[in-house]
Amino acid sequence: MKITINNQEYQAKSGQTVLEVARENEIKIPTLCYSEHLSITGACRLCIVEIENGQLVPACATPVSEGMKIETDSEEVYEARKTVIDLLLSDHPLTCMTCEANGDCKLQDLAYEYGLEESSYGIKEAPRFEIQQENPFIVFDPDKCIICGKCVRADQELQCSMAIDFSERGFKTKVAAAFDEGLGGDESSCVFCGLCVENCPTGALKYKPAIRKGRDYDLRKERTTCPYCGVGCQLELQIKDNEVVKVASIYDKDSPNPAGEACVKGRFAYDYINHPDRLRKPLIKKDGEFVEVSWEEALNYTAERLQEIKEKDGPQALAGLSSAKCTNEENYLMQKFMRAVIGTNSVDHCARLCHASTVAGLARAFGSGAMTNSIAETADSDLFFIIGSNPTENHPVIGSMMKRALAKGTKLIVADPREIELSSWADVNIHQQPGSDVALVNAMINVIINEGLHDKEFIKERTINFDLIASTIEDYTPETAEKISGVPAEEIRKAARLYAKADRAAIYFAMGITQHKTGTDNVLALANLAMVTGNVGKKGAGVNPLRGQNNVQGACDLGALPNVYPGYQKVEDPAMQEKFAEAWGIEPDTENGLTVVEIFNEAGKDIKGIYIMGENPVLSDPDQNHIKQALEDLEFLVVQDIFMTETAEYADVVLPAASFAEKSGTFTNTERRIQLVNPAVESPGEAKPDWQIISMLASKMGYAMDYAHPAEIMAEIASLTPIYGGVYHGRLREKTLQWPCPDRRHAGTKFLHEGEFARGKGKFHPVTYLPPAEKVDADYDYIMMTGRMLYHFHTGTMTRRSAAINAQEADAYVEINCKDAKRLGIKENDRVKVTSRRGEVETYARVGDRVQPGQMFMPFHYAESPANRLTNPVLDEKAKIPELKVTAVKLEKIS
Amino acid sequence: MECCGGNKLTEKQEKYYAPLQKILARYEKKERYLIPVLQEAQEEYGYLPEEILTNIASSLDLSLSQVYGVVTFYTQFHQEPRGKNIVRVCMGTACHVRGGDKVLTAIKDELGIESGETTKDLNFTLETVACIGACGLAPVIMINDSTHGRLTPEKVPEILSEFK
Repeated sequence: MKITINNQEYQAKSGQTVLEVARENEIKIPTLCYSEHLSITGACRLCIVEIENGQLVPACATPVSEGMKIETDSEEVYEARKTVIDLLLSDHPLTCMTCEANGDCKLQDLAYEYGLEESSYGIKEAPRFEIQQENPFIVFDPDKCIICGKCVRADQELQCSMAIDFSERGFKTKVAAAFDEGLGGDESSCVFCGLCVENCPTGALKYKPAIRKGRDYDLRKERTTCPYCGVGCQLELQIKDNEVVKVASIYDKDSPNPAGEACVKGRFAYDYINHPDRLRKPLIKKDGEFVEVSWEEALNYTAERLQEIKEKDGPQALAGLSSAKCTNEENYLMQKFMRAVIGTNSVDHCARLCHASTVAGLARAFGSGAMTNSIAETADSDLFFIIGSNPTENHPVIGSMMKRALAKGTKLIVADPREIELSSWADVNIHQQPGSDVALVNAMINVIINEGLHDKEFIKERTINFDLIASTIEDYTPETAEKISGVPAEEIRKAARLYAKADRAAIYFAMGITQHKTGTDNVLALANLAMVTGNVGKKGAGVNPLRGQNNVQGACDLGALPNVYPGYQKVEDPAMQEKFAEAWGIEPDTENGLTVVEIFNEAGKDIKGIYIMGENPVLSDPDQNHIKQALEDLEFLVVQDIFMTETAEYADVVLPAASFAEKSGTFTNTERRIQLVNPAVESPGEAKPDWQIISMLASKMGYAMDYAHPAEIMAEIASLTPIYGGVYHGRLREKTLQWPCPDRRHAGTKFLHEGEFARGKGKFHPVTYLPPAEKVDADYDYIMMTGRMLYHFHTGTMTRRSAAINAQEADAYVEINCKDAKRLGIKENDRVKVTSRRGEVETYARVGDRVQPGQMFMPFHYAESPANRLTNPVLDEKAKIPELKVTAVKLEKIS
Repeated sequence: MECCGGNKLTEKQEKYYAPLQKILARYEKKERYLIPVLQEAQEEYGYLPEEILTNIASSLDLSLSQVYGVVTFYTQFHQEPRGKNIVRVCMGTACHVRGGDKVLTAIKDELGIESGETTKDLNFTLETVACIGACGLAPVIMINDSTHGRLTPEKVPEILSEFK
């Protein structure tokens, strides 16, 4: 349709608002309460425009109609807007001099534009409210609030934490958390994502750690990718001098967080970058003490020692641990270093401890081990089946997107031994016994087949081996599964029916599925479930492993695994050996190398030296005492990291690395999206990016690695890795890409297996239930699970060095059920001792009902109470992932 | 984590929440029933303490911040205990002209509380209102449902004593 704005004709589509059409055509209309990501309230009345008959209407809330005539700049409009601003100013402190928002305040801009130095209705002489800042993250000054409600809508509609709303009325109206106790109050459900602050048009909401660190015009800004979980949020680092002082939002439709979402870690846990503990100089251990040395000396010494072991014991006596925190380019170089410079396939990384079983399982079933669908497709799903994953704490931005979908009617099944936040949103809420997942999922398939709810056409056209599982499944009646899993048979039936009847049902899973002796079988069972119902290869469905680290997907993609070259090209395939031999000019190791846990089992025996880049196995790997012993048994250990980690303490050489904020490169997020990482600050001291360190070390060892910039490494990756074939830094600056992206013209892939599986036909694998390796007995009478919590990340190297995060969550803990607590006389915050067959840990008790009686949950972030001193290194045979989720322990109160 | 006492309420708690559960049982779990539930709960408990609001929020699947917003929006809802007798002093124009403020001062002195407060023994809550529509009797007050007109400060102790 055609409409007229300021006497000029414009094209408009029905359903658009006047504001949308105006903005499309770059016609300025001021707003205070409007955001394209939020619902429309028309509250601020700043966007008023004049239509026929001199009527003044809000442009944001007025739909266009054919032939509409609009004036955006008439005298009436100007006067009306001026009155609105005048009224707002009458109740707003004129303290721009010291206001954090000075220079970045919509109200200030409007006052300037309309020439209002002060209000004609009088000046706000004294504050009417108290400033609220009882929490370490966000300061709220209600006197600067203009009640536009953007924060309330961001909280309720995007973040879905429902932490704040308007309270009181009239002149006393104020945005408040429950009982006005502040965002950090006992009853507050705020998770400190910062979206309210980002949306605030004035200085009412501000980041506490950034107070007096510089105002908008003082700050340099750099877009980059978040260094925490696998969601891969795009963030804007704001820098003053050489310090990141604030993390703001990026709004990009082509990103995993299009509305500028983030979580408390991405938003606030950045101060580790400038932490005084950062490593600044290379260190060599001389007579048991670390001594600062020059790069030249450190590299020469490292090259010499590695060469010595290689010559004496052969290349297979060395192993490398790459890093899911480092860039794609660095992971590529690390595995190239081990394969080309050293000559071994023994390179692995912490994906072994998280999703090795996913890669093994999904590759067998579908032909590709990655998340099948995209994050944005949470909006398209009719049902989520979340099993062994706690998105609102571990992938919070995805957790919020799920809540948004749930609020609009998407159904939810949650299966988790613990009561996670999303459990309370679930239509079917299941608490299976740890390690009983195969029985549970098989029983769901049993119900689906017996009740004829399976997708016969999909099974016939798209898959093979259905008959094999159909016969296995017969044994898994819901009643049998009830005996194993503790889930009532009727609940299993309900879950099965709900899942099967949904048109687009998406499975989401994480460590609760993978970190078991039967991890690969668990994943295969889920793949079976999805295929039985035809839920693969379509939008809003799929089997979606949520990856835990910023670049764990990329580290796997780029071949930091002992059995594959970059792009999952098998090292035992002669054609691939030939390809890489030629490309790298090497004699390839033709056998699969050792995995993480195997490397440590062989330490001091077949393995004499390890090169570790950005990993902390002393805290992350199972059976800590065993890992420590293994590191001691080595002839040579070199650790490259940003901090002196618990693992680096054991090293002979420590090389100081650059953090994500100090280098270029790319991370690949959980939905296979490759995104740029951009340098924002200079590294402290002499720390260098990992790709430079590896290149220098390779050159010292006589293998030339001459890269001027990571973009050159990515070009080499593209030439050797079909799934990354079209990925170049130049393209990524324009648009992020999701692999497979085979060539420069390919736009990337939103969801996998459409029309055909990566392996051709989807393959059913019959799987049978096997109990976890450890059982409770008279001595060890509880089952302990490990995992993460919202505020901290992995081994805590980064988050525990963040002042704000540590102010919120300082101490290690174990969650125990109140019934158990009562029996053992344990109260909240009591010191307790948890003992397994491998060690003991002291920590604080958190008593409640998140875990079931007989079970415990311990986060593994804490060096002083390391959960992994207790865990069991027994492995899944297929994927070599340890059973971190089931440890038999005993619990005692420390008096 | 909240402690659940083994997921079970104590007998005392059960007894305390029983009337609320009865009220909630009559309504569907929908946002639109918040106000009637709040009204009935206040009728039952005399005011709306935090634990009652928390229970209502979770029962109606609403967030506590939303419930708090509604409770603070309407003057009919109270988060503090209320007196057995509610004294409403009219501050409307007619009452003002005829010395309503003097009556108010006398009541304040007699009860030892300010407007909006409740006596320690929970016998009286004192409020001011804009007009109770009995201007012909100005100055006027209401105690619970009964109206007392043509007042003078001197008459205040006697009237209040009837409710002590």
